[in-house]
Amino acid sequence: MIALRDVTKEYAGGVRALAGVSLHVEPGELVAIVGPSGSGKSTMLNVLGTLDRPTSGTVHIAGHDVGRLPDAKLSALRAHQIGFVFQQFHLAQGTKAIDNVADGLLYTGLGPGARRRRAAQALERVGLGHRMGHEAHELSGGERQRVAIARAVAGDPALLLADEPTGALDSASGDGVMALLRGLHEAGTTVVIITHDREIAASLPRQVRMRDGLITDDSAAAVPS
Amino acid sequence: MTAAALRPARLGPRDVVRVGAVGLRTRPMRAFLSALGIAIGIAAMVAVVGVSASSRADLDRALAALGTNLLTVAPGSTLTGERARLPVESEAMVARIAPVREVSAVGLLEDAKVYRTSRIPETDTNGIAAYATRTDLRAATGAALRSGTWLNGATASFPATVLGSTAARRLGIGHAGPDVQVLIGRTLFTVVGVLDPAPLAPELDSAALVGWPVAQARLGFDGHPTTIYTRSRDASVEQVREVLGATANPEAPNEVAVSRPSDALAARKAAGEAFTGLLLGLGAVALLVGGVGVANTMVISVLERRAEIGLRRSLGATRSQIRTQFLAESLLLSLLGGAGGALLGTLVTAVYALYQGWPVVIPAWAVAGGMAATLVIGAVAGLYPAVRASRLSPTEALSAA
Ligand SMILES: Nc1ncnc2c1ncn2[C@@H]1O[C@H](COP(=O)(O)OP(=O)(O)OP(=O)(O)O)[C@@H](O)[C@H]1O
Ligand SMILES: [Mg+2]
Repeated sequence: MIALRDVTKEYAGGVRALAGVSLHVEPGELVAIVGPSGSGKSTMLNVLGTLDRPTSGTVHIAGHDVGRLPDAKLSALRAHQIGFVFQQFHLAQGTKAIDNVADGLLYTGLGPGARRRRAAQALERVGLGHRMGHEAHELSGGERQRVAIARAVAGDPALLLADEPTGALDSASGDGVMALLRGLHEAGTTVVIITHDREIAASLPRQVRMRDGLITDDSAAAVPS
Repeated sequence: MTAAALRPARLGPRDVVRVGAVGLRTRPMRAFLSALGIAIGIAAMVAVVGVSASSRADLDRALAALGTNLLTVAPGSTLTGERARLPVESEAMVARIAPVREVSAVGLLEDAKVYRTSRIPETDTNGIAAYATRTDLRAATGAALRSGTWLNGATASFPATVLGSTAARRLGIGHAGPDVQVLIGRTLFTVVGVLDPAPLAPELDSAALVGWPVAQARLGFDGHPTTIYTRSRDASVEQVREVLGATANPEAPNEVAVSRPSDALAARKAAGEAFTGLLLGLGAVALLVGGVGVANTMVISVLERRAEIGLRRSLGATRSQIRTQFLAESLLLSLLGGAGGALLGTLVTAVYALYQGWPVVIPAWAVAGGMAATLVIGAVAGLYPAVRASRLSPTEALSAA
């Protein structure tokens, strides 16, 4: 599913956010990425999600050599194969939950009817069938994140990337969100989660530890699957 | 799945409009205000064009009703600069020109002042002139009666007068009647009729018209006409015009001024058109300022919505889809303004024209041109912000929130 080889990422000003990272993730895995602040976790996730291009090294996602794809094809890859969940939810204000989710499918080529249908299904799946008509400001933080997850998975992506999805939530809401992500993993989706929460990290099948732009520890390397 | 199978989905027109309207929906006040700038420009231009077209339609209608075949002959000035006179027999000679169908004349009574009562001192002139008038003048000039009757063979010999509309107003006379009298010279004249304004013979508006015989008998009229009015067959008007001077005064054809009042009327309107051009220019400036407003709104919109742009990119929007979104927003904004402005301009034109009693004419080309200008402005105003939005890197955009 994911293959990074010798990936580096340098920002303007000489910041080396990734200093040569290689990582393999098989389809259907559930991976936690942990590490201190500034260690390059988000940078790596953005590279995985094709939102950012590496300075050097190669990235393969779902069989595509990302470095060789033009913007339009990368966008199509994101639309069909990759779902994102962000710490800040990024829901549209003044828009109902169902429309937030349906609009997430705008770039998949589905018609308006199909988008709404799928959005309704996705909201049912995250347990928000009764909140479809609510706007973002009428939802709790946990509910907002569940809407965001519904939006990320409504298009049935093969890969779900979550950057601190529980970072802005209390532990109860965080548990609900994690349960959802585990459920998706069980349904076959490849899930990569950045987390600062040791308990959450420890509860996931595989942990990748980062420091200073490098992977310092990978539990899968010790026990190859 | 192979790389070739990755194809970004195209957004249908409905989705483009929907996505383009997101900014308008979430910030309606700002959208309204920036559309207002465009609306004012378009409204100004449509109203200027509409009002001038309506006034021209009114003129055309008036000219069609009044006819354009009226020619007038008046004495010019002699070589030495004195005021010339038309021969007494000039009227009869003009009538002999073949295509001339109607001839009439008035003679200015220079010494006869017109007053409501004898109590007003004679030095107090009120701009009303008395004229000796042929009874067929009304037919030749097309002047309509507002009240009373016109002079006829009988009343032309008696102290009876018909007042022009302005003259009646200045004298404070609303309508004609047997007991309504004015003082012309030293004689009391009964007001038998009041005219409507006469667009082709505006000199009659401030006139008190009396019969030719009574003028000669009581007001010392010498019989020299001061204006001869002729109507010719439409096709021969120019031909008549050429010979009119020499016919009216064969001895001194240069001392005759021939004019066509319908031309003067049209020329007066044309003079107003230069003003229209100026107003149109002002409208264009307003439109331009409106365009700058839209551009400004779009730049701010892109800055504020970086997180949304990043999110859309993460959801699979291509650069060109982001560009299209903001271009659509800009076009929608200015189109809204343009449509509102066209409506407003139409309304202003209609109200003004109806108030003036003109037919309401809003040229389709003005509205279409306004909308086209709006589209161009929307595209130009939106282009730079849209390109900026599409060039944003998704990660930078996302981290902006
Ligand atoms: N756009 C950028 N320009 C310059 N430097 C950047 C940029 N984004 C990140 N960095 C730097 O790259 C390094 C890695 O950042 P990254 O966001 O990947 O860290 P992180 O592991 O996600 O940290 P956190 O846990 O705090 O989210 C940091 O030193 C950061 O300052
Ligand atoms: Mg981070």
